[in-house]
Amino acid sequence: MITFAEIKRSVLVSLWFMFLTFPIMVVRVNPIEEVIEWRWRNLIIIGVGSFAISFVWRYMMERKEAGLKRKEAGGEKPPLVKRIMDRPRLSRSIVGLVVAFVCVFPFLFSTYQVTIMSTALIYVMLGLGLNIVIGLAGLLDLGYVAFYAVGAYSYALLNFHFGVGFWIALPLGGLLGALFGILLGFPVLRLRGDYLAIVTLGFGEIIRLILENWNDFSFGPSGIAGISRPGFFGIDMSLNTATTYVYFVLIGLVILTVFFVNRLQNSRIGRAWIALREDEIACQAMGIDKTRTKLTAFALGATWAGMAGVVFAAKTTFINPASFTFLESAIILSIVVLGGMGSIPGVILGALVLILLPEYLRAFSDYRMILFGGILVLMMVFRPQGLISGVRRVYQFKGNGEKAPNGGSGS
Amino acid sequence: MLKLIDVNTYYGKIQALKGIDIEVGEGEIICLIGANGAGKTTTLMSISGIVPPRRGEIFFTGRPIHEMEPDAIVAMGISQVPEGRRIFPFLTVAENLDMGAFLRNDKSEIKTDLEYIFDLFPVLAERRHQAGGTLSGGEQQMLAISRALMARPRLLLLDEPSLGLAPMMVRRIFDTIEKINTENKTTIFLVEQNANLALKIANRGYVMENGRITITDSAASLLANEDVKKAYLGI
Repeated sequence: MITFAEIKRSVLVSLWFMFLTFPIMVVRVNPIEEVIEWRWRNLIIIGVGSFAISFVWRYMMERKEAGLKRKEAGGEKPPLVKRIMDRPRLSRSIVGLVVAFVCVFPFLFSTYQVTIMSTALIYVMLGLGLNIVIGLAGLLDLGYVAFYAVGAYSYALLNFHFGVGFWIALPLGGLLGALFGILLGFPVLRLRGDYLAIVTLGFGEIIRLILENWNDFSFGPSGIAGISRPGFFGIDMSLNTATTYVYFVLIGLVILTVFFVNRLQNSRIGRAWIALREDEIACQAMGIDKTRTKLTAFALGATWAGMAGVVFAAKTTFINPASFTFLESAIILSIVVLGGMGSIPGVILGALVLILLPEYLRAFSDYRMILFGGILVLMMVFRPQGLISGVRRVYQFKGNGEKAPNGGSGS
Repeated sequence: MLKLIDVNTYYGKIQALKGIDIEVGEGEIICLIGANGAGKTTTLMSISGIVPPRRGEIFFTGRPIHEMEPDAIVAMGISQVPEGRRIFPFLTVAENLDMGAFLRNDKSEIKTDLEYIFDLFPVLAERRHQAGGTLSGGEQQMLAISRALMARPRLLLLDEPSLGLAPMMVRRIFDTIEKINTENKTTIFLVEQNANLALKIANRGYVMENGRITITDSAASLLANEDVKKAYLGI
């Protein structure tokens, strides 16, 4: 029940909030009539609001603590994704529904919806790519957007100068991304943790600044316009069809990405990344080449960014350095963290939420960034492991089955 | 088999090894004892190439290895069981073992070795799908040794395998070390604080102090040596 102490704390909280927001919510200087307006009503709203919210907050925190205790007691339910995966009929019908929805989506909704969905799908690719670097290899890369830019500019420039088509540029963009990943990765991978983050952040900015200032090469801030859309055996397409086509190209690429990342995760190199994240010295003692393993992660992550860049350039038909600021890196990083590090469904969901949410929140235009920030903060308090936390498939040796108890994890 | 000649290793400006000479013969169990900070772990790190020596030479089966990368050294047949076990806590036991075989691609041979290890430590077979971090200290030490064995080393470097284990467990680990030595002809270079037990299974021993080798003798005479007794055996 509500105790006196709780009420006292809530009152304190609301007083504190009233004090904090006083200058912006209450005082307003009207420069035309040269008077100060005192909006006392706002103060009351904030006071009552924060008083009520503090109760909700406390209730949620208590629930979370109780959940933690349950977890410690071992009464933890397996994660939702795993529970669904354990029931093949349910999971198959869910997959069927998703596939059907994905297929008919562009024919049911407007071009605007298809466009923002395509954007979200690009971010799914980027998120899955960064997930290799951060989620698996544990290298905090804050300059990931650089490889995205490399991909986008490689297609834009190749198309502008040599008329290279989308389908040829796509693997080229991936390769160039990987190449840059190795070039940038080589000098920085001896660093760890915060230092790595700072240096990659710097590299991301360097790439952007080069693109912005090297006018002869990249046309500077004015960017490159008139990039051709992806072709389909030379057929002319209307804007609507082209949008739908890009959407399906992206769906295909996302499926390809998921396939690759999934295979990588369960391969020896994937486990080596996880091992390297946990203990570098032990890895070296096992004969795992630290530099090469990290570089592989960097290059593979950059490959997907490069390809996503090519698609981005083809989709928008115009690029300039403003699309590749640090904010983009931060958004991709939030997708990975919010979705759940190392979890493929998590990253997909994270990308959809983070890219689509601001679009649908346009109705609250002025407040959408505050809402967005608030959601992020709440997520980190209540679900720090991400929307869908990673369930790693356990690796089993096939032979020698008679000695182990059947059904795996016995303890 | 392994020969260290005048090895000097530094951490930045601090000199940890001040001209060390060690020789390990094929099939031997050699033990290196010394107090905290004497440079025992550094010696192993220098051999493994993780902290390469600044001066001096290390030869393994006649080939110089002091300028090689750690992975190349492992490929030559030197595996280390690092101090404090250092298993991968989020990988399962089976995956930990697979990491030990990282440089190998011979699937059927790996399977044979795995079966050998599960024979050696049946408890690991039982817990093969459990995350490494959920094992007890002794089990983790078994896993660490097994992981190193999965590389099929010709020389096994062990860094304080008794660290933090109950006396019973220590006895078991040492018995296994002896077994590995006799069954596989794996040469063993053992770094230990628990000098009493270590010297009992070793052929020869080195005593280390402040980055220098001060005494070298057969294990039996080291056990009888008055200075060693006083300093390391607590008698």
